[in-house]
Amino acid sequence: MSAATATAAQPEVPRSTTGRQRRSDRSTAENRLGQKLVAPAVVVMLLVTAWPMLQALYLSLFRYRLTTPNDRAFIWFSNYWTILKDPLFWHDTFNTVVIMVVTVAVELVIGFAFAMVMHRVVFARGGIRTAILIPYGIITVVSAFSWQFAFSINNGFVNSWFGWLPWISADTNWFGSHWPAMFAIMVSEIWKTTPFMSLLLLAGLSQVSEDMVEAAKVDGATWWQRLWKVILPNMRAAIMVAVLFRGLDAFRIFDNIYVMTKGAQNTESSSFLTYRQVIEQLQLGLGSALSVLLFLTVLILAWLIVKLFRVDLAQARGEA
Amino acid sequence: MRNRNAVGTWVGFALIMVWCLLPVAWIISLSFKSVEETGVGSPQFLPKDPTWQNYKDIIDNPDFTAALRNSFGIALISTLLSVIFATLAAYAIARLEFRGKRLVLSLALAIAMFPVVALVGPLFDLWRTLHLFNTWPGLIIPYMSFTLPLAIWTLSAFFREIPWEMEQAAQVDGATSWQAFRKVIVPLAAPGVFTAAILTFFFAWNEFVLAISLTSTTASRTVPAQLSFFVGPDPFNPPYGQLATASVLVTIPVIVIVLLFQRRIVAGLTSGAVKG
Repeated sequence: MSAATATAAQPEVPRSTTGRQRRSDRSTAENRLGQKLVAPAVVVMLLVTAWPMLQALYLSLFRYRLTTPNDRAFIWFSNYWTILKDPLFWHDTFNTVVIMVVTVAVELVIGFAFAMVMHRVVFARGGIRTAILIPYGIITVVSAFSWQFAFSINNGFVNSWFGWLPWISADTNWFGSHWPAMFAIMVSEIWKTTPFMSLLLLAGLSQVSEDMVEAAKVDGATWWQRLWKVILPNMRAAIMVAVLFRGLDAFRIFDNIYVMTKGAQNTESSSFLTYRQVIEQLQLGLGSALSVLLFLTVLILAWLIVKLFRVDLAQARGEA
Repeated sequence: MRNRNAVGTWVGFALIMVWCLLPVAWIISLSFKSVEETGVGSPQFLPKDPTWQNYKDIIDNPDFTAALRNSFGIALISTLLSVIFATLAAYAIARLEFRGKRLVLSLALAIAMFPVVALVGPLFDLWRTLHLFNTWPGLIIPYMSFTLPLAIWTLSAFFREIPWEMEQAAQVDGATSWQAFRKVIVPLAAPGVFTAAILTFFFAWNEFVLAISLTSTTASRTVPAQLSFFVGPDPFNPPYGQLATASVLVTIPVIVIVLLFQRRIVAGLTSGAVKG
């Protein structure tokens, strides 16, 4: 979510090539000062990411289990091969993709509805803003517990409140089979992160010019037409930023699953599989290979969405 | 027409309030249910016979108080250090021309998207070698690196808006450069730094993957990790009431911060998107 601020600001960054053309003493000094000021942040960031990632790349080529360290051997890409032909890996990847696609889609719709309401509300703005920030600020683990207990067969209120639905009764066991458990996990994820989505969309919405919407109204456009033809195309950039960062965030899902099912009923995600291999089974070699694959997937995913985002941004500009 | 809109807005407002507060109300309600009540199953929302017993038990639980101390200490120190480093970097990015600027911004972006789990294995290995496993610095260092991108981006977007010419104007009026910086720029920059600090604190308070992987005892285990180990030996019968109580207690700081600074948090979260 951090980076939401990021991409949007990126185009503003002035190209630093101008410094290279007129290299006076002053610009050399400025260059040095600038690099000195960013150095501590860069060092800390690299220490915890670049170095361990290289380490993971290296370890992924070994058969290396911490419980049997003497068995360590260099086995080339065998770990990757083991992973790629394991159905569990593909099953977990499928789970992760389902969670990502469903939660982001639902959040986009609900988040947009919330943003529309917040845009309209003239009373109690502070109140609504405070309320919407509470799910954002609450620890994911707490949110997961709250929903786990809500869906609980003995102590939850979901079964008694929604008993009128044909497929829910007092003894519906949500964590007893795959899809209901996935549903509970996704509800928890959606509850926690929709506010973030709606704030980003609200920011986008406030950029759509009221004049254009009014003009469309005068021309006789219906509410739907105004929404699809005027409002949404004009906030495409904000929507893409929201989708990019929520999508990547959802792909890393871990906390909710860990708390709610511990991976039972085949609800494991890619992150969970990696964690289980490394920390619980101490399979450093195999786990490192999984880490590398996870990292590559996120990289490809980011690249794809950014690519999509750039195209759309250009289009949005062309239309405006 | 106007009336229908107003009614729609009211209904929407009510829905948002229910959405945001229902799970919070639920966990609070649960925290007042007794062990006897949850033991036999209590599908109703409100407690039959509210009790403070869970609160007494949790406050007397040394594991929980230790985790709370760890969480506060680790989150505050990471926030402080991260904000200092990010302020230096963001100042340089907003004010100075230097080689590698785009590289720093791209690096920050890449780290913001990084799957944290991918680092757990190598960090686990490295931290054991360096004796950082299960220590405060062992969590503070990774928390700094994962909050730096957010802080750098928020701050540099914020710093770019500051009218830096005012500093020179103050110098023309006879202030030394240090005075000009302290009296003019620092008060303008403070709200942005503060916003970055709040967002950083939220991250460190919330973080879970590293907290369960790089700690093993109450010497450094933070609240989210401690909560997940609370479940006990019998996974079919978790201590509902106590977990709910602990959840309520760790949520209080978040709610206090949100109540006090909601305007700034919203500004910090959306500043980039608005300008995009």
